Amino acid sequence: MSTVAQKQGFLAVLWDYLTTVDHKKIAILYLISGGFFFLVGGIEAMIIRIQLAVPDNNFVSAGLYNEILTMHGTTMIFLAAMPLLFAFMNAVVPLQIGARDVAFPFLNSLGFWLFFFGGIFLNLSWFLGGAPDAGWTSYASLSITSEGHGIDFYVLGLQISGAGTLIAGINFLVTIINMRAPGMTYMRMPLFTWSTFVASALILFAFPPLTVGLFLMLFDRMFGANFFDVSMGGNTIIWEHLFWIFGHPEVYILILPAFGIFSEIFATFSRKRLFGYAAMVFATVLIGFLGFMVWAHHMFTVGLGPTANAIFAVATMAIAVPTGVKIFNWMLTMWGGSIVFTTPMLYAVAFIPSFTAGGVTGVMLASAAADYQYHDTYFVVAHFHYVIVGGVVLGLLAGTHFYWPKMFGTMLNEFLGKITFWLFLIGFHATFFVQHFLGLMGMPRRIWKFLDGQGLNLFNLISTIGAVFMAVAVLVLVYNIIITQIKNVRVGNDPWGDGRTLEWAIASPPPFYNFKQLPLVRGLDPYWIEKMEGNTKMTPAEPVGDIHMPNNSFIPFVMSLGLFIAAFGAMYQVDWRASDGESFVWAIPVLIIGLLITLGSMAVRSLKDDHGYHIHKEDLLKDDEGGRE
Amino acid sequence: MATQQSTSANPKVNYEYRRKKAAEEMRKHVTSFALMIFVTLIAFIMVLAGFDKTFVYPVLLALAALQVVLQLYYFMHMSHKGHGAAALFLYSGALVAFITILTFLTIVWW
Amino acid sequence: MDAEQKFTSRTWPESPEKTTLEGKNKFLGFWLFLGGETVLFASLFATYLALKDKVPSDDHALAIDMFELPLVFIMTMLLLTSSLTSVYAMYHMKNYNFQKMKTWLIITVGLGLAFLGFEIYEFNHYVHEYHHTFTSSAFGSSFYTLVGFHGAHVVVGLGWFLLLLIRNTNRGLNLYNAPKFFLASLYWHFIDVVWVFIFTVVYLMGMVG
Ligand code: HEM
Ligand SMILES: [Cu+2]
Repeated sequence: MSTVAQKQGFLAVLWDYLTTVDHKKIAILYLISGGFFFLVGGIEAMIIRIQLAVPDNNFVSAGLYNEILTMHGTTMIFLAAMPLLFAFMNAVVPLQIGARDVAFPFLNSLGFWLFFFGGIFLNLSWFLGGAPDAGWTSYASLSITSEGHGIDFYVLGLQISGAGTLIAGINFLVTIINMRAPGMTYMRMPLFTWSTFVASALILFAFPPLTVGLFLMLFDRMFGANFFDVSMGGNTIIWEHLFWIFGHPEVYILILPAFGIFSEIFATFSRKRLFGYAAMVFATVLIGFLGFMVWAHHMFTVGLGPTANAIFAVATMAIAVPTGVKIFNWMLTMWGGSIVFTTPMLYAVAFIPSFTAGGVTGVMLASAAADYQYHDTYFVVAHFHYVIVGGVVLGLLAGTHFYWPKMFGTMLNEFLGKITFWLFLIGFHATFFVQHFLGLMGMPRRIWKFLDGQGLNLFNLISTIGAVFMAVAVLVLVYNIIITQIKNVRVGNDPWGDGRTLEWAIASPPPFYNFKQLPLVRGLDPYWIEKMEGNTKMTPAEPVGDIHMPNNSFIPFVMSLGLFIAAFGAMYQVDWRASDGESFVWAIPVLIIGLLITLGSMAVRSLKDDHGYHIHKEDLLKDDEGGRE
Repeated sequence: MATQQSTSANPKVNYEYRRKKAAEEMRKHVTSFALMIFVTLIAFIMVLAGFDKTFVYPVLLALAALQVVLQLYYFMHMSHKGHGAAALFLYSGALVAFITILTFLTIVWW
Repeated sequence: MDAEQKFTSRTWPESPEKTTLEGKNKFLGFWLFLGGETVLFASLFATYLALKDKVPSDDHALAIDMFELPLVFIMTMLLLTSSLTSVYAMYHMKNYNFQKMKTWLIITVGLGLAFLGFEIYEFNHYVHEYHHTFTSSAFGSSFYTLVGFHGAHVVVGLGWFLLLLIRNTNRGLNLYNAPKFFLASLYWHFIDVVWVFIFTVVYLMGMVG
């Protein structure tokens, strides 16, 4: 990595990123776009809290409130949390297992661009007649009667980005199964790799039901089908089932990688091997398995009958067991360790009680009979924010600090990091703790305003103040990132000094071909083992040789763009048909052109051979003498 | 990516052995195809015969399952080595599939 | 090293689809994809079963009124046989006999096309004889979605075979395209597996009542 790279023109860099198939660059793309959507979702959250700060407020209208609420949830889950996790998975997992690359570099890039265009499409709804307004769950009874194109944006946008997620999931699975370095057995894989593996398996099985659900909704809204139209024999419960068969595994898709990040952080900053490694792995797999058996706990009040409710209640409570195993193992990892309270470690320590609180309310909600009281109140809102913010978002913030040096070669400022941490933690609990009580007092979720004199004023105000704290915390983080990158103080391969796993054995950021020689893995925490034996480097498992690399490609971008264009056609042909062919005559042609672009670029990909290229041994050796690595 | 070549020291023996093995396997495929046709015929005849559905349904499903097993293990070679991960994920998918269909048959509210 | 390396039937490896790392990855990735497809079709089957015979009024045709054994039988035989012919193609692929592989694949494609022809005839028949359409009832929507998704898979499978055949007509087999042929045939078998459940669950069980 010479200075040549930095002197490249802006356009050259842009082109490089548009065509890259390097998992480390795709990680950065995910981080930037996920971060962007996180800010968008955050602004939406602030608007919600401002509207609910005082009783009978009129900051936004009722209709707009519904749109903002829907877009907040949808954006945060699909366009912020998941992509940000993918950022770390892409940046770290191939390095952790000592892989030269991911299994499908081309598909990796395709996955990103599908997500990106799906997200942009969804958000364009703001400018094109109104956003979706039926909640992130988009229950059919409400969404098939919703007017305008809001729900169509939801359906098509999620369909496109969902395809990207599925591709990303398969890519990680194959990478982890096939591409591990010599000696990296399954039971030596770091926990972040394990949790990525299980989360990817959940993606593989959870996204198809969503795809089907979205197709049914798409056919109903845009092509006259009757899946959810009761007067034509349809049934809206089908949507609820399909959505939650996806939806519950989805929450584990989010939390498991966060668990993985925390596991790495606990071990690193306690300077101790992770306690109960095998139990941790087993618990992760078990959570993934049980995650598929519990979805109907979101439908207790539908009227599925006492037998179904009982079965799903018991299954749901069972998940608390492996989760508890993990909690105790993290605490026992810290026990007796020599702990360093870096920013990531602060997040990890704060995560334990925060997430546990969310788990406890989860078990409360899992009691079907009691859930008739809690359901659709702010108690549920408090529950899932405790697990998602207290678990996933804290994990993401911790991961940002922890892996930043590996991704960018610079270290975020620790002082500012700790300010962010404290502001965020205080703000988070202030916002959501009181919402438990609001829920128990009877405040329903998804309401636009509440009235004075019902005892809800104080807690709602506290909640809004808490949200301001979180917003400030995020602004401090953004400032931190900017000044860090401006100062650009470079760090070495193991900036925390206590790195245990393979990613810390390689330069920060790593060269584009990753390990020059695949490392030989001699046990769990391989880099730590070498350090303990006084080595500074991993023992190579192979002599220096030519390295095979994939070519960059613009095709993933074009393929995704085609679907993006086609989605507009699919949406506006409804108006075209409604107007009896008078207006929107372009809709069908646009649909066809879009699909042709996608199919055409697929054909090009399949017809044109792409064997990649080789970096020659001599160049690798030269790199050694001249370069910093 | 070195290509793994013959495992036997004598490539000629290995080659002929492989050829023979492949031909043998092809014969097995044809047999299993005949079996599939047979199973399909039984299924159709059962429906023609007009038995009661409490009897026909389970038998039809069992025949379908048998046929799928033949496809997977013969035509798709799932019995060959190196299919461990494939089988794990296919069966996990089948489990999720089963649960999904079961709920849609029991608790969609009518 | 070179993916375009020429082979003879003697040097051709035993599992050409899994000899290169790229082939190995594709092989596994595709199986995983099929695992996901299983769940996709399960969701469609589940929806169909929940909405079977759910029509707005009595004058709508139901499954038992429409389906006919002979047609389904012919379609089943066509697809089953095409599964066998693609096995033959792979047998010759492993024996490094490109010409025979091509021939069997072309036969497979022919059978697939015949299947599609019957399916189009069938749909047309339902629409015109029974006014059973995609929009006429929830039953209609779910029937055409399930069977249509399968039909779309057939179209994709045929397109894939054809594309591979055209692209490689004059090249012969190598370690770069062998995995592609292999995966396409795997896909084709999976389509047949789905059809087994369609003819059983939709047609046969539909006709029993
Ligand atoms: C011990 C573990 C958990 C249990 C027992 C549990 C239980 C529940 C139950 C019963 C509900 C339905 C409440 C209702 O609508 O009346 C619910 C809602 C929810 N949970 Fe959990 N949960 C657990 C962990 C998690 C985790 C780890 C996440 C995410 C990372 C999560 C995210 C959610 C979300 C998003 C909702 C609300 C969905 C909506 O209606 O919009 N939960 N949980
Ligand atoms: Cu849940």
